[in-house]
Amino acid sequence: MNTLDQLPETLKDHVVGVFPAGLQPWISALLAIGALCAIFPALFALTTVLERKILGRIQNRPGPNRVGPAGFLQFAADGIKSLTKEDIVPRNADRLLHFLAPLVVVIPPLLAFSVLPIGRNLVALDLPETGLLFFFAVGASVEVGVFMAGWSGGNKYSLLGAMRALAQLISYELPLILSALTVVMLTGSLSLVAMVEKQSAVQVAGLHAWNLFTPWGVVGFLIFLTAAAAEANRSPFDLPEAESEIIAGYFTEYSGFKFALFFLGEYLGLFAVCGLGITLFLGGWLPPFTWLNWIPSWLWFFGKLGALIFFFIWLRGTLPRLRMDQLMQFAWTFLLPLTLINAFVAGLWHFTADWNVLFRWALSAGLLAAAYVALSRPFARAFPRRTYRFAP
Amino acid sequence: MSVLFVLLAGLTLGAAWAAVTLRNLVHAALCLIGSLAGLGLIYIQLDAEFLGLAQILVYVGAVAILIVFAVMLVRGTEPLVGRLSTSPWLGGAITVLLAALLLWAVSKSPRLRAPTPPAPTVTVKAIGQQLTRDYVVPLQGIGLLLTAATLGAALIALPRRGSNPPSTPP
Amino acid sequence: MTGSGILQGLAETAKNFVGSFTHPAENLATIEYPEQRQKLAENTRQFPFLVFDGTDPEAGLRCVACQICEKECPPQCIYIIKSKAKKPDFVGKPQFFPAVFDIDLSVCMSCQICVEVCPFDAIKMDQDFELATSDRFQGLLFHKDRLAKPNSHFQKIHPTEAGETDTRRAADLEKAQAAAAKAAAAAAASAKPVATPANSPEAKNPPPASPAAGTPPM
Repeated sequence: MNTLDQLPETLKDHVVGVFPAGLQPWISALLAIGALCAIFPALFALTTVLERKILGRIQNRPGPNRVGPAGFLQFAADGIKSLTKEDIVPRNADRLLHFLAPLVVVIPPLLAFSVLPIGRNLVALDLPETGLLFFFAVGASVEVGVFMAGWSGGNKYSLLGAMRALAQLISYELPLILSALTVVMLTGSLSLVAMVEKQSAVQVAGLHAWNLFTPWGVVGFLIFLTAAAAEANRSPFDLPEAESEIIAGYFTEYSGFKFALFFLGEYLGLFAVCGLGITLFLGGWLPPFTWLNWIPSWLWFFGKLGALIFFFIWLRGTLPRLRMDQLMQFAWTFLLPLTLINAFVAGLWHFTADWNVLFRWALSAGLLAAAYVALSRPFARAFPRRTYRFAP
Repeated sequence: MSVLFVLLAGLTLGAAWAAVTLRNLVHAALCLIGSLAGLGLIYIQLDAEFLGLAQILVYVGAVAILIVFAVMLVRGTEPLVGRLSTSPWLGGAITVLLAALLLWAVSKSPRLRAPTPPAPTVTVKAIGQQLTRDYVVPLQGIGLLLTAATLGAALIALPRRGSNPPSTPP
Repeated sequence: MTGSGILQGLAETAKNFVGSFTHPAENLATIEYPEQRQKLAENTRQFPFLVFDGTDPEAGLRCVACQICEKECPPQCIYIIKSKAKKPDFVGKPQFFPAVFDIDLSVCMSCQICVEVCPFDAIKMDQDFELATSDRFQGLLFHKDRLAKPNSHFQKIHPTEAGETDTRRAADLEKAQAAAAKAAAAAAASAKPVATPANSPEAKNPPPASPAAGTPPM
């Protein structure tokens, strides 16, 4: 179990050992960077195919199945297509910003991967004081790239898309950070490694103490998922690129490889935020039960990542897009207050550690349920159940 | 290390210079963002990780975006024609006065004469304790101010009496 | 309860997703096109083709180059040059035939007006839709040799209409033969008083497939 679990680390040590001592830190860093820059874009390639196949099956059709075995080489066809396409820059575009924007969108998610603990002892950059802050700080830089892309095109649709994107990113960053804050409160550290270690405590029957297995953890995770979908521009919050309204939003004016870069940046952002959700709430690389420890830790991480990605694809195949004002109303009048109440409940949970388990559970869950019902009442009134004349 | 510092300082100052001289409002705003990010990187280079990352998160992630948003909402982005300021002499005089004041204040500081102490290792916990114990009144004051500002903004954004709120479906 | 609609929706799409693996027949609405093909409805129509009888597309072509379809065609995609010579049609009457008959498929809008107006059942709608070509000029300009298809093809794709047409044409042929026989009999009767006995000319000239070159049409 241990050899397989520590395989990436030992492999890296072997490779680094070949080089002279002076070079070793650099080689080590380069290897970590190279691995991150290879694995996640490869995952992106796989995800594009799987997403189309899953969406297809949700819509009663088989999805792409022509290129390669069962269509799994579709990403290669798409890649070659986007590489060989003409790179069009509009005449009244701001050429420098137009060129820089895709880079500014792709690099931050790659940076964000560096602080995610992918396995036991497997983290590229362990920041014991500021891990989570680093993640959110680099994540915030994406917004600049989005603005640059939307503005530099000289196109009103891309500008509209950029404005939507910025408004949405700012509004949903608040619930995202505040729901992550609950975990910080309970862990007492901003280090992502420490958060996973905190969750490795064993409860009854060999069950690891994932943050998901607490009332505030469930609500926090759901809020986190909602905000993450908005941050990653995933349906139902894909207004910035709503193709039926504003063509492709902020990257309307991009073609060829730059367009592919935006696509890549979007998916990398999704992976990064999913990885953060796993680390915060789903026990990171921990298996749910101690007797499942024989499966390598990094496999658990990627398994959970795959499950979350599947969930987002499923959600995309299910929900229609929101309207802009509904989006804002949802963020500010429902999600944000619920997050604040959740933070309060998390504090309560922290201070009632020695209470009776059942009472503690009932109190926290009851508070959260009451808050949910109270906060969702205006929504239920504003959007009554629709009746359809032709469909059940 | 010093090479890195020179690079970062150059980036920060250059971007700040560009931010005040560029005629294109959007370019100026982006240069301001670059300057703020450069400052954050300098903090990180000085081993103040928390401060540096907080600087990037708050200034690049939120404040700069609000500025950019305001630019997009309020006015066109055509470059200004004509002179930027009516009297460059007045601005220059103010700058010189301000610089002199700052220099005087810095030179009077007792820290300058004391031997350089070893860089303290500040943990996030220590920062948090300082904020919630020693500086709790200023923190709460700022919180109050921000809440008041938020309420004011919400009050302005509220639909006028008699007109339909835009979000309510018919 | 707020949010229950989302769960219902998720359940519905999950049912589709899982069902597409467990019960593909009910849950996958599509067919794998190039390998599997749907049976086309009889009324399916794509582009016109020219019908010929028998086996020789040149001799059996029903078209008489009357050019009605060329005149009626709304997008003007038909181009006909009438022949100088004549050839016998199915009842044996000499008719013109098209020396050139072109249809530009990139212009044709599949309206079927040419079929409606054709008095000779010579032009019908085909069901072939795999006409993609890399040459959009010559590749989509169909000439007579490519347009001509046997009557058996017509019977295969539009059995009802082809049956009707064939019955009508068989009746026409019968009528024409009967008329020819009558004309021949009349000719024989009028010839009798002049040329005395000799039944020989009639025996030599039975009412054949080429009756009376000079007989007026019925």
